[in-house]
Order: sequence, then structure tokens, then C-alpha cells
Amino acid sequence: MSEFLTTSTGIALVILAQSLLLVVLLLMSLAVLLYADRKIWAAVQMRKGPNVVGLFGLLQSFADFFKYALKEIVVPAGADRVVYFLAPMASFVLAIMLWAVIPFGPGMVLADLNVALLYIFAISSLEVYGVIMGGWASNSKYPFLGSLRSAAQMISYEVSIGLILIGVIISTGSLNLSMIVLAQEGPLGLLHWYWLPHLPMVVLFFVSALAETNRAPFDLPEAESELVAGYQVEYSSTPFLLFMIGEYAALVFMCALISVIFFGGWLSPVPFLPDGMFWMFLKILVMFFIISMVKAIVPRYRYDQLMRLGWKVFLPFSLAWVVLVAFLAHFELLGGFYARWAVGG
Amino acid sequence: MDALLLNYLPILIFLGLAIALGLILILAAVVLAVRHPDPEKVSAYECGFNAFDDARMKFDVRFYLVSILFIIFDLEIAFLFPWAVAFPVMTDTAFWSMMVFLAVLTVGFAYEWKKGALEWE
Repeated sequence: MSEFLTTSTGIALVILAQSLLLVVLLLMSLAVLLYADRKIWAAVQMRKGPNVVGLFGLLQSFADFFKYALKEIVVPAGADRVVYFLAPMASFVLAIMLWAVIPFGPGMVLADLNVALLYIFAISSLEVYGVIMGGWASNSKYPFLGSLRSAAQMISYEVSIGLILIGVIISTGSLNLSMIVLAQEGPLGLLHWYWLPHLPMVVLFFVSALAETNRAPFDLPEAESELVAGYQVEYSSTPFLLFMIGEYAALVFMCALISVIFFGGWLSPVPFLPDGMFWMFLKILVMFFIISMVKAIVPRYRYDQLMRLGWKVFLPFSLAWVVLVAFLAHFELLGGFYARWAVGG
Repeated sequence: MDALLLNYLPILIFLGLAIALGLILILAAVVLAVRHPDPEKVSAYECGFNAFDDARMKFDVRFYLVSILFIIFDLEIAFLFPWAVAFPVMTDTAFWSMMVFLAVLTVGFAYEWKKGALEWE
């Protein structure tokens, strides 16, 4: 058996099993997180939220899944059929693909790429295609306008996300996410994590992540009051479900990415507790809770304000921060605070 | 197999799995759900009245401008990636040449700002 696992077929089968495990766990957690999102939102508005299907409504997401699968697929008359179905597929596949490089624990990563951050940057740039194809292929006015808005919004914030990542890479000297987590290890626990040296960028990254994933308060493509549901208007049944899963997978991925690059991934916040996957999951959950609360309590932004914030505030700030970090790291000011490779971290 | 390529094998397998899953989901609805299209149902949605005109119409040039700006800055970031990784072995020349590059870009950015390319009313 162990001999078989070293052959090419064996290796491929092991990877396939790992991939299946990751996808199944991911989709299950998305179902639960979707339910949690609705419950938190309801609680803030003093409603009960989903409470009928299963104990406390816990099975609501699964009931929704079957409902989606049993609904009729309506393809609009003027639609480009190939692109129409390609759009939700692209959205879904790309959002799932992002998870391949996230390390959940030491060595607990599907693909330990040396260029993980570049991979993430590339895939999340591609995600805009799902939105723009969906809007164009529907051949209807609301989706078209919604997808234009959404595409402009996503690419605007892509730029500041990229610049913030550059700051972290300078501090680590590596694109590998496991290396980035290990560089944050130290005797002081959570004071060694990157959130402290890169504090302003944590805030910027969090807001950019919301805008990048079209999440409230930047959910302008779906602004119900003006655009009905943006690029998703003409979608029904499982194609719509794919858009929805893609959106949530990307959102939770952003929670995971923040946990890895700023909050030490699987590292324990205090020195006397052991590190482990548990911390990673806890950090993702806390980030998701914050994002959920943001959706519940913050009113929607106006589009011109959104673009002004992205180009006139976030971009100059993150660019200036890259230059500042570069100076501090290159001349090794403040010891290893900004240059972890200098102290062998 | 090459060790470097082996690193990317999981990505490939994962991609195949994700595509298969997406196809299964779409096919599930095709197989399970009824289909009764009629002209009213498949007409484009337009808030209560019949759709007029082609939906793929002219749009605001500012969207185009934003994508042009995006290409410039995204390329800049693509240049920054290898530079940032090389920081532990960075020479002064490499460091300062990138600073000059960033300065040039900042001048361009200031010009765009002054010209009003970033305005949305």
C-alpha cells in the first residue's frame, strides 16, 4: 500500500482525496456560515431569522439547496446561452480555487506553492469575469448596468489589495503563505503578528476585502432599491446558486486570508497555549462575525463615494505605506519589526 | 515527474474537481426541474413594461477610464512582486531604481487626479 502511494497514480489519488475532503468541508461550512449570517442579521434587527427547518432552523441552508436544484432554469430570450452558463461556473470555480493555497495548520495545505500570494492575486483578478459575463450574457438592462458597476468596483479595490499584500511580502521576503505565518511566530504571541507593524493596512485591507467581494456596505451591484439584483437578475435555479456559493466562498476566503497574513494563521495568540488548526478556524469565524455585523449595521455607500474612497484615499495610502515599509525594511530600522527575515524569523 | 510541476498538480486536480462540481449542480436542475418556457417568462426583465431596445447599449466612458487606470496600477503591482520577494538580498541599486519607478508613477497619478480622471459625480 505504502509503495503504491509513491507511484504517479497513487500520488494523484491521494491529492484527489485531499481535494474532495477540502471541497466537501468547505461547502458544508459555507452552508453553516450562510445560516449564521442570516441569524446574526436577524438578531440585530430583532427578528427570529430562519427557525423552521431542523433544530433552530439549522438545516435551512440544505433545504434552500434542494429548493434551488428543483427550480426551473429560465434563460432569457436574447441571452448568449454559452456565456450565460459560463458566468456562474467561472464565479464558482474561481472562488473555490482560491482555497487550494490556504494553510490551515503546519503542512495542512493542499498546494504549498512558492508563489501563493501571486496565485491569489491572479485568481481574484479573474473573478471579475464571472460578474461581467453574467451581466453581458443576460442581455437585459439591469444586469448590464450592475455588472459594469461591479466590475469597476472590483478592479478599483484590487489595486489597493495588491499594494497591501506587497507590504506584507516585503516584511517576510516570501510569497509562501506558510512562510508568512511562520515569520509571525515569536515569544510574544499575538504581539509578533503582522497586525501590529501593519496596523493601518489591516483596516484598509478589511474594507477593500468587503468592496472586492461586493459585500455590504459596498453591495452596489445588488443594490435592491436601484438595480434589483445587479448582474444576477436574470439567473434562477442552480446557476444563481453557483453565483451565491461563489460570493460566499470568496468572502470567507477573505476572512481566511486576513487571518493568515495579519493574524498569524494557526499560531496561538498567547505563548502558553499550543498552536494548531483550531486557532485558524477561530480567527476565520471571528472575522466572519465582524463582516456579518458590518452588513447588519452599516448603510450602503453611494457609488461616487465608493470610487472616491478607492482611488483617492486607499490607493495613495497603500502606495505610501509600501514606500514606508520598503525604507524601514531595507535600512533595517526598528530591528526586525518590519524585516522579519533580518532577524531570522 | 518534475518536482516543480508536482507542486502544481494539486491545483490542476482541484480545478477539475471544482468544474465537475459546478457542472453537476447545473445538470441537477436541468434533470430534476420542469421546463415550461413561454414568451412572457423568457423576456428580459424590465420592471413592469416590455423590454425595448437592445440592452447592450452605450455606457459611461468613465468605466473605460477606470479600467485603463487599473491596468497601469495592476502592472505596477506585478512589477513590485519580484522586487518585494528579493528584499533579503536587495542591493541599493535595485532598491533605488524601484523608488524612481514609483516616483514616476506617482507623478502620473497626481496628473490624473489633477485632470479629473478620478471624479465621479
